[in-house]
Amino acid sequence: MSISMPMPASAATPARTARTLIEIDRLNLYYGDFHALKNVSLDIPERAVTAFIGPSGCGKSTLLRSLNRMNDLIPGTRIEGRIAIAGTDIYSPEVDVETLRKKVGMVFQQPNPFPKSIYDNVAYGPRLHGIRKKSRLDEIVESSLKAAALWDEVKDHLKRSALSLSGGQQQRLCIARALAVEPDILLMDEATSALDPISTLKIEELVQQLKDRYTIVMVTHNMHQAARVSNQTVFFLNGEVVESADTEQLFAGPSDSRTEDYISGRFG
Amino acid sequence: MNGEWLQTGGAVEPLKQTPETVRAAGAYSFKNERKSVMNRLMPVLLMLCASVSIITTVGIVYTLVSETVLFFREVPIVEFLTGTRWSPLFEPRAFGILPLLAGTLLITIIACVVAMPIGLASAVYLSEYAPRRVRNIIKPILEVLAGVPTIVYGYFALSFMTPIVRAIFPETGIFNALSAGIVVGIMIIPMVTSLSEDAMNAVPKSLRDGAYALGATKFESALKIVLPAALSGIVASFVLAFSRAVGETMIVTVAAGATPNLTFNPLESIQTMTAYIVQVSLGDTQRGSIEYGSIFAVGMALFIITFLLNSIAQYVARKFREEY
Repeated sequence: MSISMPMPASAATPARTARTLIEIDRLNLYYGDFHALKNVSLDIPERAVTAFIGPSGCGKSTLLRSLNRMNDLIPGTRIEGRIAIAGTDIYSPEVDVETLRKKVGMVFQQPNPFPKSIYDNVAYGPRLHGIRKKSRLDEIVESSLKAAALWDEVKDHLKRSALSLSGGQQQRLCIARALAVEPDILLMDEATSALDPISTLKIEELVQQLKDRYTIVMVTHNMHQAARVSNQTVFFLNGEVVESADTEQLFAGPSDSRTEDYISGRFG
Repeated sequence: MNGEWLQTGGAVEPLKQTPETVRAAGAYSFKNERKSVMNRLMPVLLMLCASVSIITTVGIVYTLVSETVLFFREVPIVEFLTGTRWSPLFEPRAFGILPLLAGTLLITIIACVVAMPIGLASAVYLSEYAPRRVRNIIKPILEVLAGVPTIVYGYFALSFMTPIVRAIFPETGIFNALSAGIVVGIMIIPMVTSLSEDAMNAVPKSLRDGAYALGATKFESALKIVLPAALSGIVASFVLAFSRAVGETMIVTVAAGATPNLTFNPLESIQTMTAYIVQVSLGDTQRGSIEYGSIFAVGMALFIITFLLNSIAQYVARKFREEY
């Protein structure tokens, strides 16, 4: 799990077989008149890290936010095509958005802890979904904070405001908060771009630990990060998927010249 | 990530600085005589404008205090604060402020019971649910509502609300605390809504997104994330609305009656502190008489109450502000 390896050697564990969990089939997404995602088809493997890379405005975050339907909140969004998680079309009318989002957790670019205590931040989700018993909540808070590698730093002051934590700790708290509702999938939208290098490293280490239990999809504009932590990398440009491949392969020998231009730093 | 990021590729010409210094006084004069007078005069002018309200406040306090002191030479302050009968105009005279205080409190409580839930619910709707278009229509209307002269509300209470109240409770008098209180409440709804909505709007979108991403519904996010985060602003709006109801004059003068009455029955006619001041001010009371002094004592009490409430509102807004 070393993460200091130079690129393009990927730190990903040796190739292993993984089933597809998320199938995206000919997805088109429009914000009003703007065609943000163009005919995107993509398979995302279970219990692995998939990284979306590409320049700003290429649609990578838009696709990520389609996976838990956060785009529903933006007026004027229109979507065509199909996204299926474990075979279920998540845009079909019988899907309950709140239940979907419980199963597909999300961590945002800026750490956004609630202005509450550390404990209440983690317990918010479980309470929302009906867990009231104090002992059960205590367990969830502890295991989630442990899973997010934050427990040792905060266990003695769980009642302290989450806003007293550093940026990196806040982001790990947000990860703990997402894990507390027991999702299967964790979406990370440039989750380290607002953090310092040390905190970034900790989050990357954490991602390595979490991928054994969760399917992780991360958006990053840091190619080194994609190379360090992901198993599969998808390169986006102008709303299209240019190339999707095993991370090692994509960085070592991209098959599309645009991918090569991007990862060699010629633009973006 | 080594030095290669910093290479300029030869596009930028190298610069070599000579040890000489540029000295050409004429071309680089930075004086401007015309502006210096204005620059000294403007702050003084602006300060004078700013001090108008402070001087006025000092004047008001001076008037209130001096007349109140005269009043308390004739009426013991203990009788004023603890007496249960207020009869300044008719024998036997009595100057216990409690009936007026009770009347004021009754009106205020009724008003708050009406305004706080409705105002807060409207704020939640406007900030969390309403599409931008709806919000852009409703907010200005609310602000217009806040600008309706209170005397208009007074006649609305007397000619519209009172008949409704009397239809429901036939024993109600023409003048009663309930209809006046309800209408005072309606009057302060826009204030509660507008200030609470501002507070809720200031809660960053990222917090709502955080809640939605955990599977919260809009209502759950509004109730458990946005409301607590905006609490200081909401409480401040409540206290200000309370203070506004305490000081409200025209509605209660028109619709609540002129009967100093130590009661908490909302169907009876009462008199508030403000309405009493209006009553005496309009009458042929002689300057310097004890009745004349009494309105200053009541005014002083009113001033202290609203001053305290406004201070509390400011304190709450500062103290309980959640950082986000």
